[in-house]
Amino acid sequence: MSTESATQPKPSSNRFSGLTWVFALIPLILLGAVLAYLVATGGGLQDLAGPPVEHVSIERIVLPEHGVVEVEVINDGPQEVTIAQVVVDDAYWMFEAEPSNTLPRLGRATFTLPYPWVDEETHHIVLLSELGTAFEGEIPVAVITPKPSSDLFMRFGLIGLYVGIVPIVLGLLWYPAMRQMGRKAMNFILSLTVGLLVYLAVGTWLDAMEFAAELPAFWQGVPLVVFISLIALGALLAVGAVGRGSERTPLQLSYLIALGIGLHNLGEGLAIGAAYALGEAALGTFLVLGFTLHNITEGVGIAAPILKHNPGIKHFALLALLAGGPAILGTWVGGFAFDPVLATIFLAIGVGAILQVVWEVGKLVMRDSERHNESALNWLNLAGLVLGIAIMYFTAFFVKF
Amino acid sequence: MSDKVSRRNLLSGAGLTLLGGLGISALSKAQGAIRASGGNFDVGHQHETGHGNAMMIGTVDHEKNGFDPLQLLTDWDYGKVSTLPNGQTLREYQLIAVDKEIEIAPGIFFPAWTYNGRVPGPTLRCTEGDRIRINFVNAGTHPHTIHFHGVHPFEMDGVPGAGPGQLNVGESFVYEFDAEPFGCHHYHCHAVPLKRHIHKGLYGAFIVDPKEGRPPAREFMMMMNAFDTNFDGANEVYAVNTVGFEYARRPIPAKVGEKIRLYLINMVEFDPINSFHLHAEFFNYFDHGTTLEPTLKTVDTIMQVQAQRGILEFSYRWPGQYMYHAHVTEFTELGWMGQFNIVPEAQFEDALAAAGLDAEWDRRATNGFAIDNMPEVEDSEEEGEE
Repeated sequence: MSTESATQPKPSSNRFSGLTWVFALIPLILLGAVLAYLVATGGGLQDLAGPPVEHVSIERIVLPEHGVVEVEVINDGPQEVTIAQVVVDDAYWMFEAEPSNTLPRLGRATFTLPYPWVDEETHHIVLLSELGTAFEGEIPVAVITPKPSSDLFMRFGLIGLYVGIVPIVLGLLWYPAMRQMGRKAMNFILSLTVGLLVYLAVGTWLDAMEFAAELPAFWQGVPLVVFISLIALGALLAVGAVGRGSERTPLQLSYLIALGIGLHNLGEGLAIGAAYALGEAALGTFLVLGFTLHNITEGVGIAAPILKHNPGIKHFALLALLAGGPAILGTWVGGFAFDPVLATIFLAIGVGAILQVVWEVGKLVMRDSERHNESALNWLNLAGLVLGIAIMYFTAFFVKF
Repeated sequence: MSDKVSRRNLLSGAGLTLLGGLGISALSKAQGAIRASGGNFDVGHQHETGHGNAMMIGTVDHEKNGFDPLQLLTDWDYGKVSTLPNGQTLREYQLIAVDKEIEIAPGIFFPAWTYNGRVPGPTLRCTEGDRIRINFVNAGTHPHTIHFHGVHPFEMDGVPGAGPGQLNVGESFVYEFDAEPFGCHHYHCHAVPLKRHIHKGLYGAFIVDPKEGRPPAREFMMMMNAFDTNFDGANEVYAVNTVGFEYARRPIPAKVGEKIRLYLINMVEFDPINSFHLHAEFFNYFDHGTTLEPTLKTVDTIMQVQAQRGILEFSYRWPGQYMYHAHVTEFTELGWMGQFNIVPEAQFEDALAAAGLDAEWDRRATNGFAIDNMPEVEDSEEEGEE
């Protein structure tokens, strides 16, 4: 009788009686018993154990100074691995392992080698396990890994400024000219914005996938990107939907666009900084020129929703900072302390944010067309969409390497 | 109004917080990375063995391995000696094929197929004209044979299709033939697939002394071999007598001025050419060891293809630790490098002790000819010289 009352919910009383707690805990206790049994006795599965499966991944190779190589390794295989010897360019080399050259599951270690690496030349590293399995890594172009110094901070910051803030401010400066446009032209500009955002969404997605593919298997990099993008998209849509009766204000839309673009630019900064740290980037004026052209459309896109309502100079400054500032931060992080997992996550968030904005701006155009009884997909809008994608695609010729 | 402001603030606040958090974690990671660098290495420090930091770390447990490379240099197997009715010396050897995991470099283990639990297999030594009888038992897990490099009838060739062909697990066979010609030869498994059966360790030296002997010398058997630990068709560890860099860790003692003779055999699989270079002296080379006159005079670098072998003779004028290694430099840096510790006569005993060697090792090195190591036989005309 008491069982029945415990399982039938009474809205106003506390459901969880003592008996319910017991029912909740029994499976947990049994689980604990099964785990203990498996750990203690092997559960009768010893014969199925099979030959050893070893796998480690080289996460990062740091060259802190001439004559020292640091190899950061993670054990992403199903069992413990001992690295017995290290080979650099087909020569066994002395090394020290911190904390130990035996890595437990999901364990990490840093192997420090007193190896006289040669500037700007390729070096190959092989880790040999106890069983003779070889795990390879490569230093494609050997350069000293950048250390945070005020000089380098300034330079990276300057890159971020040129890549992020300057183009967006320039794009925003078109605002006074664009204000004079008619309704159809505004829809054209909004469609252009959708086009550029679609390009950014695809680009950010592919960049995130590139990082994700290199992550150790247990991170499940590619599904991670999918989930984070969906969660970010859902969260932003929900934030918008909570407690609002009417549609989003134009300024909110601009901020959302700026956020999405900011996350994309964070990714761009990460890529630039990381490439520089690996010696793979020629950060010359040509590259910066390319980025300025490539990102100027982003300023136009941010300004597009607020053409009818001037929010004031303070908001323009904030929008530029939100959209362009992350490029500076990304270059710093990418150059000094690149972490592929965080990079993947932030780029995935960026994808979700951009997709959400595409949705919002698209809705704006469609609602306006509805109000005036015409099709949203007219030639002018389509031309805007295509032009947006085309400008981004062709200016990217200068910056993709 | 306040509604919209708060939502906007939330968004920008959240964004900035995210970026801020990222920045903080990044900076702390950067700090960590810098702290980890410049460890406890004195980058300019030269390792005792004189080749900087280009070394493996650690040592190999030879007791666990079951064989010691320093002993392999001189542990000639003369077999069980007796005399046949026709006066010919009969030598009976026992070879058992058995699987064994061996340590080929500090910390690196290799699943080897061995003759008698060691790689290389026993160094069979005899005099030209002796009757050789090898009792072979396959206690391994795959079919095996023994193929000798020498002159023998077809049934004794140890290849599939000759005589018993491949011996399956549990089978045995007696190979029997006369030892000729004299020289530095070897034997190996000839079962298929051939690369794998050779590469996994089924080989050993087969030294046939000329009847008239050779000039007295300190003799060492050196088998150049290599191991492909991840089975990708390329060797990861190179060595002489199986353990990478072993004679660099424990140099071979010898005396100033004495003649040193090497029985050098190349059993490195996968690489077309191996070579031998001696530091600071030149040597005479006897290709295959089948002549009493050198085939190459006064050279310091020779090459050997797989299964090629020869005898080197040289001596050192001054004391020191002299390197010898392949001049295929890739092999050198992957383990095929060793040293002689040449000391004056007066310091030789100490050098032996320091290397963990004894007078017996010294005797085997300097008095190794099969004819000088005959057992005492009561009714035989020959008596062992000791």
